[in-house]
Amino acid sequence: MGEINFAIKVENLSKLYQIGEFGSGSFNRDFEKWWAKKRGKEDPYSTIGDVNDRTVKGKSNFVWSLKDINFEIQEGDALGVLGRNGAGKSTLLKILTQVTSPTTGKVEGFGRIASLLEVGTGFHPELTGRENIYLNGAILGMKKAEIRNKFDEIVDFSGIERYIDTPVKRYSSGMYIRLAFAVAAHLESEILIIDEVLAVGDAEFQKKCIGKMNAATKSEGRTVIFVSHNIAAISALCNKGLHLKNGEMLNFGKINDIVTGYLNEGNKHIQSESWTGNEGDEHISIHNFSIKPLTPESGFNTTTDLEVKVSGEIHKNIIGLIMGFTLWSEHDHEIAYVLYDDHEEGIRNIEPQTFTKRFHIPGNQLSSGNYRIQLDVGIQFVKRIINNECDINFTLNNTVGIGRKFLAEGRGRTSIFRPEWALKTNLFDK
Amino acid sequence: MDKSKKKHWEILSETSLFDLRLKEIIEYQDLLWLLVKRDFVSFYKQTVLGPLWFFLQPVFTVVMFSLIFGGVAGIPTDGIPKPLFYLAGVILWNYFSDCLIKTSTVFRDNASIFGKVYFPRLIMAFSIIFSNLIRFAVQFSLFVILMAYYYFTGGVFHITKYILLFPFLLILMACLGLGLGIIISALTIKYRDFAYLISFGVPLIMYSATVAYPLSAAPLKFFNIIKFNPLTSIIEAFRVGFLGAGSLSWNLLGYTTLLTLLILTIGVVIFNKVQKNFVDTV
Repeated sequence: MGEINFAIKVENLSKLYQIGEFGSGSFNRDFEKWWAKKRGKEDPYSTIGDVNDRTVKGKSNFVWSLKDINFEIQEGDALGVLGRNGAGKSTLLKILTQVTSPTTGKVEGFGRIASLLEVGTGFHPELTGRENIYLNGAILGMKKAEIRNKFDEIVDFSGIERYIDTPVKRYSSGMYIRLAFAVAAHLESEILIIDEVLAVGDAEFQKKCIGKMNAATKSEGRTVIFVSHNIAAISALCNKGLHLKNGEMLNFGKINDIVTGYLNEGNKHIQSESWTGNEGDEHISIHNFSIKPLTPESGFNTTTDLEVKVSGEIHKNIIGLIMGFTLWSEHDHEIAYVLYDDHEEGIRNIEPQTFTKRFHIPGNQLSSGNYRIQLDVGIQFVKRIINNECDINFTLNNTVGIGRKFLAEGRGRTSIFRPEWALKTNLFDK
Repeated sequence: MDKSKKKHWEILSETSLFDLRLKEIIEYQDLLWLLVKRDFVSFYKQTVLGPLWFFLQPVFTVVMFSLIFGGVAGIPTDGIPKPLFYLAGVILWNYFSDCLIKTSTVFRDNASIFGKVYFPRLIMAFSIIFSNLIRFAVQFSLFVILMAYYYFTGGVFHITKYILLFPFLLILMACLGLGLGIIISALTIKYRDFAYLISFGVPLIMYSATVAYPLSAAPLKFFNIIKFNPLTSIIEAFRVGFLGAGSLSWNLLGYTTLLTLLILTIGVVIFNKVQKNFVDTV
C-alpha cells in the first residue's frame, strides 16, 4: 500500500430510497430491475430518482437521499455534518456504520468505528444494569473481556452505581440514558460517530459528554463525526464541516465557513413572502400584500431593511379609510401598528383608483424569529373590511454576531427588539 | 499512532453474493452467548414457575396426542409405551419448529436494533438456535426421566447403537430450521405474504412428518410425501436409537443431509444479501 493519509474517504457515495407503498407493484419492479441488470443495462429506476426535496412533490417513487458525496478526513479530525431535516445526514451516518449499504460509491477507512447513533440500542428492560452493560457493549462490538476491564469505569461515568443490579425497566429515563451513553463512550475505537445524543440528559451530564468528546478528539487523537442541530456545540467541537442539502453536498471545508454557509442557507431562498387574491367589499378590494427585504439577495435578515407593500383597487369614494397592518411576534405580542396616513393631517376623501402603498421596516430593529403581519383595512366608524384574511408570515434570521447567531435560536429567547448596542470593540478593551 | 496497525475497511455498494463475512461472526461470538443468556433469563423473569414452563408445554402435547392419535384414532406406536413414543416426536418437533418460527421473524423482531447498530445479523439467528437448544435440553431431560421410569416399570423399549447419531441429528434439525427460517425471514421483508405461509405451513410439515405416528403406520396414499419430509428420517433415526423402534434408512438420512445443506446455503446467501439494505424497507 502506498502513502495513506486519511482516516475516512468517501467517494461518489449515493443512496437511492424508495418511498411510498411497497405493494404488488414492487414485485414487478424487482423483476424489471433484475432483468435489466442481467442484460447489462442500467437500473431503469435509478435514473428517474428525484432530488430529495421534501417541499416539492416528486414525480417518481424514488429519491436520492444522498447523491455524489465526496470527502476525505484525516486522523484526529472532528467533522461536523450540517443540514436541515431530510438533508441526508442520518443516511450518511447509517452508511458509515454499515446499518445500510450505499447504492453506488464506496467508503474506506482505518480503524474501528463506534457509533452513538441512538444510545441504549438493545437494552432489555428485564435485565439489570449490569447485564445490559455487557449485552449493549457486545452489540456495539466489544469483547467480553474488554467490557469487564472497563466495567468500573463505565459504572462510575454513568453515576448509577446504586441501581446497577436493578432491572433497567425501573430506571428513570435519565438514568437509562446515562448508562447507555456511558457504555458507548467507553468503547475503544479510532472513529467515533455521534448523532444528536446531547439532546438528552441534564446539564451536568451534557457537560460530561462534551468533555468526553473533546478528549476523544483533542487528546486521544480520535476521529469524530458529529451530527447535531446544536450549532454552538458543533462549532466548539469540530474543525471541519460538511454541509448537506437535499442529499447533495453543498460544501466541505473549515467548520467556520461551513457554519456560515449553513446559516445563510435558508435566507437565500426566500426573497419575499406574499399574499395574493381578491378580498374586500364594494368600496375597496385588496389584491396583493407582501413583504420583502430591500436587498433581495441577502434574504430575510435582522440587519436588512424590509418593505411591506399593499396593492388593490378603490371602487367608490371613501371618507375615513383605514389601511395599515399589525406586526405580531411568534409569542403573540403585538409589536407595532402602522397606518398609511401616519404622515397626514385631516381626513381625506379618496376617489376610485388602483393603488400601491409601501411601508418600510428598517433593519437592526427586530430580533431573529418568526413574525406575522396582519393587514387591517376598514372605514372609520363604519366597518372593518379586512381583518385577518391576508395575513403573511415571515422569519428573520441572524447572520452576524457570533453569540446571537448561534445561541439565541432554540434557547427559548423571546426578545423582539434587536438593537445595535454593543460597541465595536474587543471584549477586554480597557 | 501507527496507521499500519489499524484495520483497513471498505464499504462498497456491490459485493459478491458469496462474500458471507463469516469471519465476522467469529469475532462477535461473545455477543452470541450474551444474546442466548438474555433470551434465557428474560424468558422466565417475572414468571412464578420459571424454567418449569419448558416442561409443561411438551407434557400437554403428549397428553393431547395420547388422547387423539392413540385413543380416538387408535394409531399404534410400534409397541413402545405411548407417552415415550410421543414425547420423542414432540421434543424433536418442538426444537425444529421453534427454530423455524423464531428465525423466520428475526428481521421484523429486531428491526429497531438492526436499524441502529451494525453487527453480523446472522448472529441473531444463531442465538435463536442456541437459545432453543437450552430449551431442548430441558425437554430432553424430561424424556430421559420418562425413559428411566419405563425402564424400572418394565416398559418395552431398548437403546441401540444408533443412539450415537443423536448429536448429528440435532445439528441436522438445527440447520434445517435455521435454513428455512432465514429464507422466510429474508422474503418477508419485502413480501409480508410469506409470514402467513408460516402459520399454516408449519402444522402441515408436522402432520406430514412422523411426529405423532410411526412410519410403519403411515397410510400408503401419502407414504412418499411422509418419507421425503426431511424431518421423518431424523425422527425415525432418533426413535431407533433411543427406543429401538422405527425405520432407519441411510438413504433417506443422506437425502435429508443434502437437502439441509442446500437449504442452509441458499438461506445464508439470501439472508446476507437482504441484510445489507433491509433497514430501508421495514
